[in-house]
Amino acid sequence: MIRDDLRCIYLIAAKDMRTYYLKPPAISWGMVFPAAWTLAFYLRSASNFEDLIPGLIAMTILFSTTAAEAVVINFELRLGSLERLLLAPVSTDSVLLGKVMGGFLFGLLMTSMVTLATVLGLDLHPDLLVLIPVALISLLVFSSMGALFSVLFKEVFEAQAFLNLPRFFMVFLCGVVYPISAMPSVLQRISQLLPLTYTVEGLRAAFSAAPSSSFKELIVLTGFLVLFILPAMRMLRKRFE
Amino acid sequence: MNAIEVQGLTKRFDSFTAVDRISFDVKEGEVFGLLGPNGSGKTTTIRMLVGLSRPTEGGARILGRDLSSGITEAKRGIGVVPDSSNLYDELSARENLLFMARLYGVAKGVREERAEELLEAFSLSERGDDRFGTFSRGMKRALTIAAALVHDPKVLFLDEPTVGLDVVAARSLRKLISDLHRKGLTIVLTTHYLEEADHLCDRIAILVKGRVVAVDTPEGLKRCIEERSVIEVSFGRVASHLAGDLSARLPGAEVVFLDGTRVKIFGGDPSGVLEEVFEFSKDHDLGLSEINSIRPSLEDAFVRITGLSPTVMAREKGGGGR
Repeated sequence: MIRDDLRCIYLIAAKDMRTYYLKPPAISWGMVFPAAWTLAFYLRSASNFEDLIPGLIAMTILFSTTAAEAVVINFELRLGSLERLLLAPVSTDSVLLGKVMGGFLFGLLMTSMVTLATVLGLDLHPDLLVLIPVALISLLVFSSMGALFSVLFKEVFEAQAFLNLPRFFMVFLCGVVYPISAMPSVLQRISQLLPLTYTVEGLRAAFSAAPSSSFKELIVLTGFLVLFILPAMRMLRKRFE
Repeated sequence: MNAIEVQGLTKRFDSFTAVDRISFDVKEGEVFGLLGPNGSGKTTTIRMLVGLSRPTEGGARILGRDLSSGITEAKRGIGVVPDSSNLYDELSARENLLFMARLYGVAKGVREERAEELLEAFSLSERGDDRFGTFSRGMKRALTIAAALVHDPKVLFLDEPTVGLDVVAARSLRKLISDLHRKGLTIVLTTHYLEEADHLCDRIAILVKGRVVAVDTPEGLKRCIEERSVIEVSFGRVASHLAGDLSARLPGAEVVFLDGTRVKIFGGDPSGVLEEVFEFSKDHDLGLSEINSIRPSLEDAFVRITGLSPTVMAREKGGGGR
């Protein structure tokens, strides 16, 4: 049974990578958009560009994992293709996990490319023992967030539109381009409620001259993962009751 | 032996009852039809039987496994062709079949052989590398059926298999279904096409408003009205609004309008019926285009049992492609 579910998760993720993610719209959202955004800040202030790297990686994680998540679930629900997966001897939870893993794998690919390019290009030396766990858990968190938004709304355009709200909200409030400490106290408190804050803080810890532990960030991000994935699973199950 | 046993199966959506305590058995190797108009609960019944929807009450056993506890295992033995051809446009015909085979855990060597066999059987070998999205409706339907057979199921569920197909594609698909039947596959077929059910099914359950109102062979269903005369009348002008008057003139007969001008009259003394029809037509200045005394068909049995017009039923579904 578990073997069937694991095979299903892998097959769905691989199929989604091919049919949805490795396509121009997903690639432009996942990589070109964060890169263009960062370039804009670089042109404004080239001297402290290295400070922007954790934010650039965090944005790549956020936008690449959620680039096609709303489409891969909602679109397939509308077409009936998701039902086809559920006709196989696998659980609804495995189908959702397969979808989440699709976003995770695409995000991993995009994030690895951006990270490698910046690290090698700028000759940076991040602490990999901090960088890798923070990046991996963040990829799962945001892929799950995309899945949750996808099952929350019935239409593809609704899911995409409503997913943009937290995405852009987080870009401005989570220290991606503007330090949280320089924000008004109300916004600082709000930023503590957003997952991207912990991704950025964890990545900053990995890139800082004196790398520190990211244990707190990993714990909080795991909490967000549970907060997103469990309701998404429950809601998808409910659709087929 | 029964491949499927359905007992008191019920599905409610809030206060609406889509399927209302239905019970029937499907024997191994038979083609069993679920016949009924749009909204009669055919698709909801299939969805429950294949594990896409949970019954509110009642249950079913498929291939000896209980729906509530063993659906995952039962799924290994069933193939499903939904009412829409929902394979992946981006994948080729062969890739779609291989993907489905892998999803069902078909062993590597076997799945490639099976995919080729199915492409051959469904005359799709030459288009095996073409994307599903480029296929015609008929070819999409054929490949969707092939995908449902890729894991060699014992029971095949076909939901409105010929809807939206042109005459030629529908005919070739019906031949395909007959071939699968001959090979011993148990087939559950939902349709609103009466001729299709008559032609393909060993037994038929007629569903109306979520309830099974009759289960029998097509011949058995026809026999229930054979002893009564059936007269079909076509008026020159619309007369359906006068149905009450015509019924009142024909006590002991059943009057069912097929559309505005065509009516079927079941039972009654044929000569008396004809006399009254002439009188009725004259009184309302309708004119008569045609009068036929006909041999009862499955359509007549359906009309008699459900009181519904088959024309209305086809129109509700869009009526396309027979």
